[in-house]
Amino acid sequence: MGGWNILRVALIAIRRNPVRSGLTMLGVIIGVASVIAMVALGSGARASIDEQISSQGVNLIYLSAGSWGRGPGTARGGAGSTTSLTVEDADAVRAQVPLVARVSPGVRGRAQVIAGNQNWNTSIEGGNEEYLEIRSWRVVAGENFTARHVLVADKVCLLGKTVADLLFPGEDPVGQIVRVRNLPFRVIGVLAPKGQGQWGDDQDDIVIAPYTTLQKKLLGITHLNRVTISAVSQDRVEQAAIEITRLMRQRHRITNPDDDDFTVRTVEEMAQTRLDVANTMNSLLMSVASVSLLVGGIGIMNIMLVSVTERTREIGLRLAVGARSRDILSQFLAEAVTLSVFGGLLGIALGIGISETIVRSLGWPMQVTTEAIALAFGFAAAVGVFFGWYPARRAASLDPIDALRYE
Amino acid sequence: MALIRLVDLRKSYRVGDVTVHALRGLSLDVERGSFVCVVGASGSGKSTLMNVLGLLDRPTSGHYFLEGEDVSGFDKDRRAHLRNRKIGFVFQNFNLLPRTSALENVELPLLYGGRALPPAERHARARGLLEAVGLGSRLDHTPQQLSGGQQQRVAIARALVNEPELLLADEPTGNLDSRTSVEIMEILQRLVRERGITVVLITHEHDIAEYGTRVVTVRDGRVTSDTPVQNRRDAAAERAALPPLELEVEPEPAEAGVEA
Ligand SMILES: Nc1ncnc2c1ncn2[C@@H]1O[C@H](COP(=O)(O)OP(=O)(O)OP(=O)(O)O)[C@@H](O)[C@H]1O
Ligand SMILES: [Mg+2]
Repeated sequence: MGGWNILRVALIAIRRNPVRSGLTMLGVIIGVASVIAMVALGSGARASIDEQISSQGVNLIYLSAGSWGRGPGTARGGAGSTTSLTVEDADAVRAQVPLVARVSPGVRGRAQVIAGNQNWNTSIEGGNEEYLEIRSWRVVAGENFTARHVLVADKVCLLGKTVADLLFPGEDPVGQIVRVRNLPFRVIGVLAPKGQGQWGDDQDDIVIAPYTTLQKKLLGITHLNRVTISAVSQDRVEQAAIEITRLMRQRHRITNPDDDDFTVRTVEEMAQTRLDVANTMNSLLMSVASVSLLVGGIGIMNIMLVSVTERTREIGLRLAVGARSRDILSQFLAEAVTLSVFGGLLGIALGIGISETIVRSLGWPMQVTTEAIALAFGFAAAVGVFFGWYPARRAASLDPIDALRYE
Repeated sequence: MALIRLVDLRKSYRVGDVTVHALRGLSLDVERGSFVCVVGASGSGKSTLMNVLGLLDRPTSGHYFLEGEDVSGFDKDRRAHLRNRKIGFVFQNFNLLPRTSALENVELPLLYGGRALPPAERHARARGLLEAVGLGSRLDHTPQQLSGGQQQRVAIARALVNEPELLLADEPTGNLDSRTSVEIMEILQRLVRERGITVVLITHEHDIAEYGTRVVTVRDGRVTSDTPVQNRRDAAAERAALPPLELEVEPEPAEAGVEA
């Protein structure tokens, strides 16, 4: 029997029992749809992490005060809580690590910011004139502060988009005065919106000022919380981080890495952690989805076995009029594969629909890729062949006389 | 050369510890164009003989020559091919595919046998045969919509669609009333007369056997008598003599949707 007739006979058999065929397909539909949705979730998460890395600047290295508390010698607490990191450290990194391009000493804190009758609690960050460039952050209105502002600890600041919108709704903030902890700062620029940060925080809820100003006039400290550094190129980031670590240990006279009073992290490293979490989650969800596909396959096998038994006489007749075993085998296999392939196609449509709905209603980043579709489709067809094989084999091995006599 | 030559055919079945000898050295020749009726008591081995003749089963020993070729050792696939090309089957219980039109039922053997006839030709052949058995207006009817006699006529059309040499019928009238039986026998007699087809028919009714040219009696797996029929019955004449059925309504041809 030729390919076309095999398919035609399979379709006739499937149409003969529409409800049953539909229910059989349902398993595959759900399986494929969940695979599609899960893969979309995974690739969406990865894409958004990648996007955040590049939005932060791929060359970025953070040198923070304090260590990430591992081992017993770390009673001094978490990153940022010690006073050991200084401007001299930042200068040394700039001067002695050739792989470093730019360095910005930094301090951070939270503060109440007031403009007119508007009042907002936000985070405030200090850096030098290179800070924005290191973080690939643009100024959309006004200007960045200059080296001179930093030198004289001038009370100027830049507002993040969120803060600008809250304090100056419908107004141009540039040139206006904001009071930070009752200290007047002149707004000289507004930052480009950056969106959500890697932990889901609002990166635009921020005020940036020269670190010198914050140290002397606002916080009353001389140490730094962290130093933001860019490497000369993306492929030198890791080497630069190693050399910074070495230099810092030398400067702080540390021999045992457990005693580190600083932490060097690259953006890639930070993203990697999240990528690992995302991947783990994804494989978990994927295995659940695969199980439902498997259950769908077992459903097909079950129905095909019932169908073979029900149609024993038909098989006997086909054998009597000249069908060979392999004709019967391909007929039942074609039926199983047709069921699973149709189920697969419907599942793909449903999976895309679910992904779109989630994107629209929950705003999760999801990406339905052609690879995922091809993969799901291939899986569905494979499920049909795999689970259709045994029933088809059983049909093909029937003896024509016994089959014709079957009641 | 005889169409069929059976030499010392034996068939035994093992059921547990017991061996059942269904055929015990059966020999028989069937000439081309003859209408052989096989009679015998229940359990005498008629159906077993039919299965061997129809290449559905292989004898335990002995030889089966079909058109001079010893087919008793053929493997499954070669037997399937021969069944498809040379043999047509008519069963007591019709064995039509349910929920499938008469036309498609008749076309079924054309799907097998490694030959791809274009659909138009398949339809044309099947339709021609259904017309020949008087069902030209029932092409799209499914078995559930047909009477027993009509179903058996569809089955005969199906058996003929590959223009076989041999038609095997195992109690074809077993489920039919006497009037319908006469109609079926009329078709079979006509096939032998007009197309030169060889028919081997199994029955346990002696009056049905008298429609054939020869009656072979089987007992305990052996042929015990083999006689030509003296006063052969003519089904066409008998049917013409029957009083017409008041309910008999033959629809106009081309009334039901006819496909090309
Ligand atoms: N598959 C089988 N397994 C075991 N024994 C069988 C099998 N088929 C037939 N037999 C035995 O072979 C013998 C002949 O059976 P067969 O069906 O040929 O008889 P038959 O003449 O057709 O009878 P009937 O007129 O009742 O149809 C019987 O004794 C039967 O029990
Ligand atoms: Mg029998």
